[in-house]
Amino acid sequence: MEETLAPKQTGGLFHRVGLFFKPVPLLGYLLGFLACAIWEQSAGEGLTVLLGLPKMPVLFGLLTIFKVLAGIINFLIKGDAFNWATWVYIPAALVYLTVIYLLPLAIVARAVVKPANALARFLQRFPLIVTALVQLGLMYAVLHVWAEMSDYRLIFLKLTLIAVLFTLSLNIINGYMGEFSCSHPGFMAIGAYMSSLFTVGLFASDKVLGEAVFNVSTAYLTFPLALIFGGLMASMGALIVAIPSFKTRGDYLAIISLAFLFIVKSFFENMQALGGSRGISGQPDWATLPVIFITMALGIWTINNFVTSTMGKALNAVRDDESAAEAMTVNTRKTKMTAFLFGAFWAGVAGGLLAHVLRYVNPAMFSVQKLAEVLAMVYFGGLNSVYGSIVGAVSISLLGEALRPLEILKWIVIPLLLILVMIYRPTGLIAFKEFDVRQVFGPKEVE
Amino acid sequence: MPLLHVTDMSHNFGGLQAVSKYNLSLDPGQITGLIGPNGAGKTTIFNLMTGIYRPAQGSVIFDGEELVGKKPNQTASMGLARTFQEMKLWRHMTVLEHIKMARYSKLSYGLLGAFLDTPKRRREERYTTELAMEYLQMFAVDQFADQLVVNLPYGAQRRVEMARALVIEPKVLLLDEPTVGMTPDEMMAMIEVVRTAHERFNLAIFLIEHRLRVVHELCQRVQVLVFGQVIVEGTPNEVQNNPKVIEAYIGEQEVDF
Ligand SMILES: Nc1ncnc2c1ncn2[C@@H]1O[C@H](COP(=O)(O)OP(=O)(O)O)[C@@H](O)[C@H]1O
Ligand SMILES: [Mg+2]
Repeated sequence: MEETLAPKQTGGLFHRVGLFFKPVPLLGYLLGFLACAIWEQSAGEGLTVLLGLPKMPVLFGLLTIFKVLAGIINFLIKGDAFNWATWVYIPAALVYLTVIYLLPLAIVARAVVKPANALARFLQRFPLIVTALVQLGLMYAVLHVWAEMSDYRLIFLKLTLIAVLFTLSLNIINGYMGEFSCSHPGFMAIGAYMSSLFTVGLFASDKVLGEAVFNVSTAYLTFPLALIFGGLMASMGALIVAIPSFKTRGDYLAIISLAFLFIVKSFFENMQALGGSRGISGQPDWATLPVIFITMALGIWTINNFVTSTMGKALNAVRDDESAAEAMTVNTRKTKMTAFLFGAFWAGVAGGLLAHVLRYVNPAMFSVQKLAEVLAMVYFGGLNSVYGSIVGAVSISLLGEALRPLEILKWIVIPLLLILVMIYRPTGLIAFKEFDVRQVFGPKEVE
Repeated sequence: MPLLHVTDMSHNFGGLQAVSKYNLSLDPGQITGLIGPNGAGKTTIFNLMTGIYRPAQGSVIFDGEELVGKKPNQTASMGLARTFQEMKLWRHMTVLEHIKMARYSKLSYGLLGAFLDTPKRRREERYTTELAMEYLQMFAVDQFADQLVVNLPYGAQRRVEMARALVIEPKVLLLDEPTVGMTPDEMMAMIEVVRTAHERFNLAIFLIEHRLRVVHELCQRVQVLVFGQVIVEGTPNEVQNNPKVIEAYIGEQEVDF
């Protein structure tokens, strides 16, 4: 039962660790992680040498560990050569993780409980926007310092933030509205192509779209317009799915949206004016970390506003009992259409960001595999929950990277994990939990 | 001029004539009952009036407007609210959210307000919450406001459903077997709830019941429906002693006069 998600009072280790960290507000963790990132900048290199690791771990040592495990698995299954001396990297990476991240995070987060709570309480006296901006600013700083260490980290972080936005936008439909939509990668594709059309077409010279129309140095200021344009076009695409799907009651959405995904993909494959199957490349480098961070924050904010309003909660009413919703004056068709187009808008924006991070876009990026990935993020993290989408997108992204050395086996491990979650938590890890911004940024009252 | 006027309404499901040439007129402030054995077509009459089904023949005039062809959310917004026999509640929503939801058509903050949390939206949501709390107090379920409705005892769920229909501020309230599955004590409490709501809002109430006892307590006028047709109409006393009614109820277990 997803209604009873409160942690069980087992009194075990997890419970005691939970109690230990209970009074830590978000600000405390942010400061703790900032300390880790700075600590790594000064001590990471030295510790790497000391532990005999070949190079500094980029993703908390996870990659290092899984690379060794993958080596062993490939040796067992395929008989590939394996250097047994490398297994010591596993304990070394664990030591690195503990010394650089876990210990400093725990110590600092716990040590700053009092001042952090005082600060959070102080900030709460101002309008919500002040608290939000201060803490988001700090969060950005933390991510920035952490990502500065390597290009790999930066791109991983960018893609993860985009995945959060993309996942949450699908959760509106598959979670809050409770219908199964498959067309989300299609909306992402539309957003990616249309925003590229805007930026590459107008401001860059390229083989497919020709010479730049404008040549101004402040052109990057138009990037929000490009993203909005991409999002709106994705919404237009969504209209094509929504009109037949929500005309009558019944579950046509899954099949119509799947068809739509295939149609979009083959449309772009055959559209020679948009580069055919090679797509468009040479997007300007405008999707910087701050741009992505701000866009994601705006996306989470508006989506959370929507799903916590009575108008947005109508989605839940329609999902739980449509005829009761109608009897209580809810315009069910309008509600579904709005949510679907709104979700598609943010998927389109996410697509625009993606195209400008990778600086290319082609139809192969928006395959059924992309669909499987985002569905995994939504269902793993938890339906009907902003927390769930954040957790789902981050953990599947991390897992995907960590398991990359497993190559093809990765696509066995991830589904297996999903099946386990589905068995023990059928609606995902953190489902049906309301994201109360005031509470998230607020102090943790200690009794 | 009656508030609600149904003329010669008929409907069939495939070969089954569920309702035939049904007539009804409701005046403001009146409680009218509709009784009849299971499968007589009582719920279908509600569904036809509120727009879940479109009647094959006949008309439903409410407050001077034709309801046939309107959708359930429209008839509800116009002031024809209902409850359901099987109590359709939303399992993932709290009690407070249930009541607030029924104010959907009265919200005016629009999409911009929904996406951007404008001051207007905050004002409206705050007002709606306060109003909803008043209704919850009225039906003695305010202590459950933040609980999921599925966790409430049965009687309380029934009262939430009633409050949800009333917060629409209807002119006519349709109640579909509000005491079904209740113990005698719960039934008496429910009769009081209906009476309170009626006095407080001066509504026209149209009540489907299986138990004659409830009808006797509440209604001024009763129709008896058998196989989709009204066979008798009159005061509860007249109806109760009518041989046709007694015959229609033969073989039913739950005849508690
Ligand atoms: N949607 C439907 N499709 C087919 N038959 C229906 C439908 N709804 C009701 N019926 C039938 O119509 C008859 C009247 O049903 P109903 O109005 O629910 O009776 P009551 O509420 O008086 O117990 C029953 O025989 C029932 O099986
Ligand atoms: Mg019935």
